[in-house]
Amino acid sequence: MDVNQKPPTPFPGEVIQTPGGGILVSKMDQVINWARSNSLWPLVFGTSCCAIEMMSTASAKYDWSRFGFEVARATPRQADVIIIAGTIVNKMAPVLKRLYDQMAEPKYVIAMGACATSGGPFFYNTYSVVKGADHIIPVDVYIAGCPPRPEALIHAMISLQEKIKSGMTREQIKMQKPENSF
Amino acid sequence: MTREELQARLPELLNSIAFAEGGQWLNADVAAADWKALALNLKNSPDLAFDYLFCETCVDWKTHLTMVYHLESTIHRHQLVIKIKLDRTNPEVETVADIWRTAEFHEREIFELFGVIFLHHPDLRKLILPDDWEGFPLRKDYDDPVNMIKL
Repeated sequence: MDVNQKPPTPFPGEVIQTPGGGILVSKMDQVINWARSNSLWPLVFGTSCCAIEMMSTASAKYDWSRFGFEVARATPRQADVIIIAGTIVNKMAPVLKRLYDQMAEPKYVIAMGACATSGGPFFYNTYSVVKGADHIIPVDVYIAGCPPRPEALIHAMISLQEKIKSGMTREQIKMQKPENSF
Repeated sequence: MTREELQARLPELLNSIAFAEGGQWLNADVAAADWKALALNLKNSPDLAFDYLFCETCVDWKTHLTMVYHLESTIHRHQLVIKIKLDRTNPEVETVADIWRTAEFHEREIFELFGVIFLHHPDLRKLILPDDWEGFPLRKDYDDPVNMIKL
């Protein structure tokens, strides 16, 4: 990796040089998104083997804190992102929905692995498995793999950061629509 | 006890016991009516002392159901597998939850997934499935057209 290359998404804005310093020109929305994307706290939520990879990603070797995923929170009210790490069964579906509803806006969802994406190995001939977590809650980023390696999860998390930095949140999009405006 | 010693000892408890060849453990077929008395003897005889039921499950063979009990003695370190053939339309067997406590949850799970009725079980309710669930999902002929995508 080229150590001199610029970070992929630098701070949004430009510095206009003036004598004795400079003036930073930016947009508030962009600054907020930039701040949000660099402090995303995940919810402790793992329903099967993907959770093991998620724990590995959180621990010393991969350490998602390096990317602003600082600490996993055990309550949805303090979490910004839910990583659906594992199979969602019909009995778990209302619990997942409630957890998502309890999370404070803005909130983001990563579907980790084959089960959370589509039901995966439990797609056929299973009476109990939800065929994709997106039947229950909206998903921002999907990860392939069974289970995905920690690198894949980190890639998905960085993709989510790019997504947040690049545009509006769901709520901002909702607010723009005339039928939803006050 | 070695496998051969067990095979010689067990018919003293139950004449009709039949052994199957092969397998990792000694396999014994028992009639459902004889099971409770045999189970008590297996647990309480000092030379057998099967004090650990390390697996209890059921198999659907489409023509009949088979209860499978994996027993081990933590004192003598010998193992035994008991198999009981059950009628598929009216599967009933005596509970062993009073002999091995672990069987209580195992039997509740087998009850909900295979529909086996455990007679004299202390608390025979569904364990994991919702209370209003109908059908036995682990039976081979189970069908759920709403949730299942057939391959």
